[in-house]
Amino acid sequence: MRVILPQHLRTLAQVGSELQLEVDGPVTQRSVLDALEARYPMLRGTIRDQVTEQRRPFLRFFACEEDLSHEPPDAALPDAVASGAEPFIVIGAIAGG
Amino acid sequence: MSKVRVLVGTRKGAFVLTSDGKREKWDVRGPHFAGWEIYHLKGSPADPNRLYASQSSGWFGQLVQRSNDGGKTWEPVGNKFAYEGVPGTHQWYDGTPHPWEFKRVWHFEPSLTDPETVYAGIEDAALFRSTDGGQTWQELSGLRGHGSGPKWQPGAGGMCLHTIILDPGDPGRIFIAISAAGAFRTDDGGKTWKPINRGLHSQHIPDPTAEVGHCVHHIAMHRSRPGVLFMQKHWDVMRSDDAGDSWHEVSGNLPTDFGFAIDVHAHEPETIYVVPIKSDSEHFVPDGKLRVFRSRTGGNEWEALTKGLPQSNCYVNVLRDAMAVDSLDKCGVYFGTTGGQVYASADAGDSWTPIVRDLPAVLSVEVQTLE
Repeated sequence: MRVILPQHLRTLAQVGSELQLEVDGPVTQRSVLDALEARYPMLRGTIRDQVTEQRRPFLRFFACEEDLSHEPPDAALPDAVASGAEPFIVIGAIAGG
Repeated sequence: MSKVRVLVGTRKGAFVLTSDGKREKWDVRGPHFAGWEIYHLKGSPADPNRLYASQSSGWFGQLVQRSNDGGKTWEPVGNKFAYEGVPGTHQWYDGTPHPWEFKRVWHFEPSLTDPETVYAGIEDAALFRSTDGGQTWQELSGLRGHGSGPKWQPGAGGMCLHTIILDPGDPGRIFIAISAAGAFRTDDGGKTWKPINRGLHSQHIPDPTAEVGHCVHHIAMHRSRPGVLFMQKHWDVMRSDDAGDSWHEVSGNLPTDFGFAIDVHAHEPETIYVVPIKSDSEHFVPDGKLRVFRSRTGGNEWEALTKGLPQSNCYVNVLRDAMAVDSLDKCGVYFGTTGGQVYASADAGDSWTPIVRDLPAVLSVEVQTLE
């Protein structure tokens, strides 16, 4: 599957505009983030809190022109995301200086 | 020949400024971690090339960066700060209970003897320690569990543990300070703590002489006299001669005794520096003049140091961790402003020159003197 990160996290993980990720089992928000953090440990804590596992409030999850931020973390992501036809996008709020 | 390395944390990245012992020409490197808030970075006294940096943002939370080459390259290390046990609550601004929540690291204090050991002062206030170079962090929970924790309240900047001082003569003794809970001391390496706020007087709390609740802004110590502490409180500059057991005011003739930064000359333990700020509702220097005040008598008698500093139309602040001294002879004094200037004095404050003028707002300044 494909993941797009915000600029600061691309810099931190030293990746380009889009990265490829292998996810074992059902493709959900949790399994995608688990796989992402396993491959790029420096991203731990930057997208979801390490203790509560809550999504950081200034980040959203978009895919297939939908905002999936409030979907349950274990809900299946769209087939197009699982197949790699569409990316899973982590986007930061357009705010601040 | 000696060198000086100045570590500057700003609202939008970290900068490393280096010079030889003359401190006239500076090499400026950065921004490191561009776009991120760098609340603090500091080097290990045991290995000056080992640096720790606090990198955070409202979007992406807290990262901890470590350098093994004096700030040329960095690697992210552990950033999981989990309170021990059930964190419980402290007081919110309105006095209601509020759960303890980790927000950011305000200050790193590397061990005096071991580069792998470093303390972190965090918001919401707690003290953490790593003994593996920042890979993992454990809370010294005796502080929060001291008993007064549920009464602690945040200052305007958050409920931050911002000051950590390790006693060079006694490995078991650590001083810390929290806005707005006050100062605390451990004599057993962090297992048990006691508040050390006797003598402080704060009008903004119901009992002005309460055991806790004081908005201590910063504390400084000279390593040759670890029992003598100097404090810039919200209002009042204070001094203790008994390791914090009691305090007395030494504001003397300062134009205002509100401020954030305070530090001690490297070779003269009775020479101290503050930067008075107009008030708690006007966080800039008074009268449009940027003045460092120096006392050579351990307080009470202060002289304004102005040579090289703007004396009109200046309205900057100098934050609590944004002043430091080197250990050369003469002692160098450095401070950074919210206007992005970093000023240096190579003559103990008699005269000042800007190293840089146009950085993002400066949050912290630390200095390393290198052989």
